[in-house]
Amino acid sequence: MVSNGTRKERATATNNESAFIRQEDAPILPPPITSAGVAGWLNDNIFASMLDFSTLGAAVKSILMAIFTAFVAYIFFDQVYGLLDFAIFSAVWQDPEEQKRQVCWTIEQGGKLPNGWHGACWPYIIAKTKFILYGAYPNESLWRVNSTYLLGAILLVWVMIDRLPYRKLVGAVLLTIYPIFATVMLTGGGFGLSQFSVGVNTIIGLALISLGRAGKMGWITGPFLDLSKMAGVAGWFFIFFAAALVSVGVDFDLSKVDTRDWGGLLITLVVATTAIVVSLPLGILLALGRRSSLPVARTLSIIFIEFWRGVPLITVLFMASVMIPLFMPEGVNFDSLLRALIGVTLWQSAYMAEVIRGGLQAIDKGQYEGADAVGLSYWQSMRLIILPQALTRVLPGIVNTIISVFKDTSLVSIVGLFDLLGATQATIADAAWSTPVQASTGYLVVALIFFVFCFGMSRYSMYIERKLDRGH
Amino acid sequence: MDSKMIAVAALVIGAGAGFFIGKGNKEVVEVEKIVEKTVEAKQTSTLDAVRSKGFVQCGVSQGLPGFSNADDSGKWAGIDVDLCRAVAAAVFGSGDKVKFSPLSAKQRFTALSSGEVDILSRNTTWTMTRDTQLGLNFAGVNYYDGQGMMVPKSLGVKSAIELDGANICTNTGTTTELNITDYFRSNNMKFNLVAFEKADEVVAAYDSGRCDVYTTDRSGLAAQRTKLTKPDDHMVLPEIISKEPLGPVVRQGDDQWFNVVRWTLRALINAEEMGVTKANAASKASSSKDPALLRLLGKEGKFGEELGLSNDWALNAITAVGNYSESYEANVGPNTPLKLDRGVNALWSDGGILYAAPIR
Repeated sequence: MVSNGTRKERATATNNESAFIRQEDAPILPPPITSAGVAGWLNDNIFASMLDFSTLGAAVKSILMAIFTAFVAYIFFDQVYGLLDFAIFSAVWQDPEEQKRQVCWTIEQGGKLPNGWHGACWPYIIAKTKFILYGAYPNESLWRVNSTYLLGAILLVWVMIDRLPYRKLVGAVLLTIYPIFATVMLTGGGFGLSQFSVGVNTIIGLALISLGRAGKMGWITGPFLDLSKMAGVAGWFFIFFAAALVSVGVDFDLSKVDTRDWGGLLITLVVATTAIVVSLPLGILLALGRRSSLPVARTLSIIFIEFWRGVPLITVLFMASVMIPLFMPEGVNFDSLLRALIGVTLWQSAYMAEVIRGGLQAIDKGQYEGADAVGLSYWQSMRLIILPQALTRVLPGIVNTIISVFKDTSLVSIVGLFDLLGATQATIADAAWSTPVQASTGYLVVALIFFVFCFGMSRYSMYIERKLDRGH
Repeated sequence: MDSKMIAVAALVIGAGAGFFIGKGNKEVVEVEKIVEKTVEAKQTSTLDAVRSKGFVQCGVSQGLPGFSNADDSGKWAGIDVDLCRAVAAAVFGSGDKVKFSPLSAKQRFTALSSGEVDILSRNTTWTMTRDTQLGLNFAGVNYYDGQGMMVPKSLGVKSAIELDGANICTNTGTTTELNITDYFRSNNMKFNLVAFEKADEVVAAYDSGRCDVYTTDRSGLAAQRTKLTKPDDHMVLPEIISKEPLGPVVRQGDDQWFNVVRWTLRALINAEEMGVTKANAASKASSSKDPALLRLLGKEGKFGEELGLSNDWALNAITAVGNYSESYEANVGPNTPLKLDRGVNALWSDGGILYAAPIR
């Protein structure tokens, strides 16, 4: 039979007989119940590890795993439920009769809540919100703080969203005009105009800028070209400084608010943002200085970094607030917030410098040599080749330092500044609201606020890391 | 061309440097001037300095119930605060011309001696060391405190002498730690000290039964007691194991300002003794015939002028904060959460030890 047909027929016949070929797709079956949806997730992530009873060893492992899982689950739900119960389910929310602390009293204490009650006393936080957020900042001037926050938030968000136009311009405004605006708004400005300082700064600034221009026009060449470019940049700093002096010097008819009256979240944000924003460029300069081949720059950077890194922040703050007044002539007082600001910033920049140095050292030697080979000057190679790579690499480290300094700002409360934590502790000392849950409620709020800020920074940095990831 | 430009650049840089050096010199001169000025200011007086800046700068605590803490609106209140307001009123006629600097325990004396504050009214115990070695003067006592002990009633203890072997909770790094050690040692008793950094932690530990005794100043015990789950199940033992006279402090070497603070405090105590209150001070000043009262309220004699103030200084102070008793009742007395009886802080005529020299 096989030999009778044509070759083609034979082939077809062979095919049809020897194997079954399916003409249509197999029906798509739903995945097994154990590997899809919630059940699948639970199976894969939780139960799979406890279901293997094939051998004695695997069975023991599975049982141990089951016990451990149950234990962890219990702890987790107990804690989470405890927190939610304290903060929400059992909490007292309103104080309609303005009884203050009595609204959070149990029957034993003379109030209405059942004995053994344990929950947050939110009316206490509501009454103290203003103090926790702004300290003793005068009520009628709170709009100034709020508008400073609002403008800062708008500018910051603008810079952070990739799709918006003029991001570089907005960023420049955020770093130059905004700090002056914030200073004037928060303090009230009107520090008085020193025409001499403004004049000197303007003249120096203009001189340096024209030097920079001269370099650009090609009038300056050779070894001084670099110098003239730097002079041009420095000149703008002088002009900016003069402008800042004029801005804070002019009286805008805002009432003056002494920094002693600042407090709460305001102090925390002012100290943290100043420390973060100033320490980053300072840290870059110090890191470059430490890696530099110029002996003076290197030595000075090393001395600076090692000194500030070798001293605990508490010591720095104590030096700033306890020792400096003793060195100053009597009656001359440096603003206590400014003292703390300078201390925290310098301390922070030393840490920042070391993080960035780590990045600089991680860059392959070939990159430096390549930059030199294409004829870039030192600053060009740093700006265009080295720093972008170095900073990207140490981004997690930088954000780590930033988050840590944000939390370290609470140390300023030991030098008498009411930061977020200090202000809350001051409200905890108010006997008008004193109950067994007062301290827990207060600290819970502080923890939440700190968490929101730190978690936000952390998430944003992860986004940036993904965005800048070049896959090496 | 190039070398010319370099020369120009060098000139400009040189000129800039010159400016800086010139500026630097000027600053040195300015600092010297400031030093001279402050030396002059020191020679004149704190009172004049206070007058010229228009307010009294007062150092207070960062929050101690009844003594100095910010209320819901952020306004400072307490008996230490009232004293500052009284001084401001004595100087300016208004109790609002005062600014408060919250100070930590560690920085308070520096803040005073460096001139950052004019008065330190921060529940500061008057001790010989502080009075003689720190260049400070205590202007009086506005609260006689002492270290006490609180125990749960269920412990069945009636006196501190029965506390052999007790677990004792207290704050670290304060004299309370030292005092309690001394007390137990001198009575040949064993004890176990459990110390915490923050008062909140001490209360929490005591409330959860981790220790049998909570020791700190009696005013502090009263304040912390309000944070216990069952305040009525606890009692303060009768023993007072240390003397803690708390009072306002000023810089040494300025007797005029010292006198202003000292006599403002005395005026408040004298006012209580004579029955002058915030409400009736003005009417008594115009209608009373009592010469002692008229002297206090500035209608007779020139007592205010001798202090360097106006003659109605005491009247202003009393109108601003009330007499000693009014301030006490409003901040720490039985009707406040602290519920502190006058005890030794009653007038000498009522069985206490509050005794102010007369104004005459």
